[in-house]
Amino acid sequence: MSSAELQGVSTDVTLVSAIRSGDQSAMGALYDRYSSIVYSIALRVLGDTGGAEDVMQEVFLQLWRNPGAFDAARGNLGAWLAVIARNRAIDALRKRHPQTDIEDVVLSVEQDLAGDAERARAMEKVRGVLGSMPAAQRRALEMAYFEGLTHTEIAARTGEPLGTIKTRIRAGLLALRKAFSG
Amino acid sequence: MTVHEQFAEDLALLALGTLQGDERAALEKHMEECASCRLELQRLRGDMALMALSSGGATPPRRARQRLMDAVAREPRLRAVPPRLAWWTPLRWVAAAALVVATLLLWTKNTDLRRQIAALQEQSGRQRLELTQAREIVATLTATGAMHVTLVAVKTPPQPQGKAIYVRDRSSLIFMANNLPSLPPQKAYELWLIPMSGSPIPAGMFKPDARGSAMVINPPLPAGVEAKTFAITIEPEQGSASPTMPIVMMGVGG
Repeated sequence: MSSAELQGVSTDVTLVSAIRSGDQSAMGALYDRYSSIVYSIALRVLGDTGGAEDVMQEVFLQLWRNPGAFDAARGNLGAWLAVIARNRAIDALRKRHPQTDIEDVVLSVEQDLAGDAERARAMEKVRGVLGSMPAAQRRALEMAYFEGLTHTEIAARTGEPLGTIKTRIRAGLLALRKAFSG
Repeated sequence: MTVHEQFAEDLALLALGTLQGDERAALEKHMEECASCRLELQRLRGDMALMALSSGGATPPRRARQRLMDAVAREPRLRAVPPRLAWWTPLRWVAAAALVVATLLLWTKNTDLRRQIAALQEQSGRQRLELTQAREIVATLTATGAMHVTLVAVKTPPQPQGKAIYVRDRSSLIFMANNLPSLPPQKAYELWLIPMSGSPIPAGMFKPDARGSAMVINPPLPAGVEAKTFAITIEPEQGSASPTMPIVMMGVGG
């Protein structure tokens, strides 16, 4: 089966199962489906196309080398890859060894990111939620998420109390969850 | 603040990978035993995946796909190589057989344990019922508003009466009295268990209420004493080691 055919009909679980069997075209299909998410988050964190490409390469190769690290119980594949890409990009930004093993990343999210249309709608909604957040809350969340700064570092940069920073970060994440729970 | 609220904000930082030091250690220790916080961590990671979408839309360079596929092709899966029969292969069958035996043993043990649990639950249910009945009896006997009525032959003036219920095997004694005359100041009635042999044993001090009623429930008694008689004397309030004559009431066991 060609990668284009796989892209059209296969579920994530089917593709990962094919990867387990060494099917390279399945790997191509997954790349076509999720490379934009993985590359975008890495690019946003690193601000450098070469670095973002390296992170993307590493994320997909890890899946190829260890497809058993993902199963449906760990959440949907698109969300799982997005979180791994973000974590790897932060590790690269902070020039440190990977802090999380991909096998330890378990997540719970209902939003399906497999289809282009669903992804586009979800993207629009997330941007809407972030746009409606108070500026200070959005700034704290983005500094933690895209720069990997600790709450102490954010407090030092913004001059705000540690407790306030913690509260803003959590409230920001919960606002996203709420927008998708209806 | 509940323990989960205490950790709620730190959980978000842990999901983001920015929680460090003692705070991280404390939270991870808590999570070992807290399924609710583990689930919340998974949800927060789900929220992180949504957050990633805010950066979406960029298209990777065209060469990136080929680069990945080349790398994939350079790393053929081990599965492509026919598996070689290793020297330990027979051991797998031994291990599998051992696993089957162990499973059967565990199943048998499990069945026994279930049976024991069922028996214990039944016993516990019985004891709960008995305890409830006993509590109801004691509550009735000791209720402040309880009406105590002594029935006697018609035209007989009320006489002081006492009733002792003694179970030797349990060293358990309940004594109830009514129509008792009031006592002089600083005096109290004392109940005595007079054994088949030996000296009388103190079995509780008591003072009648305004209606002349009194009760003694399970006073401390030596184990297994066979009672010949129960008697009541009037003693100083602090009690006596031996009865002070005269005996004001007495009854022989039937």
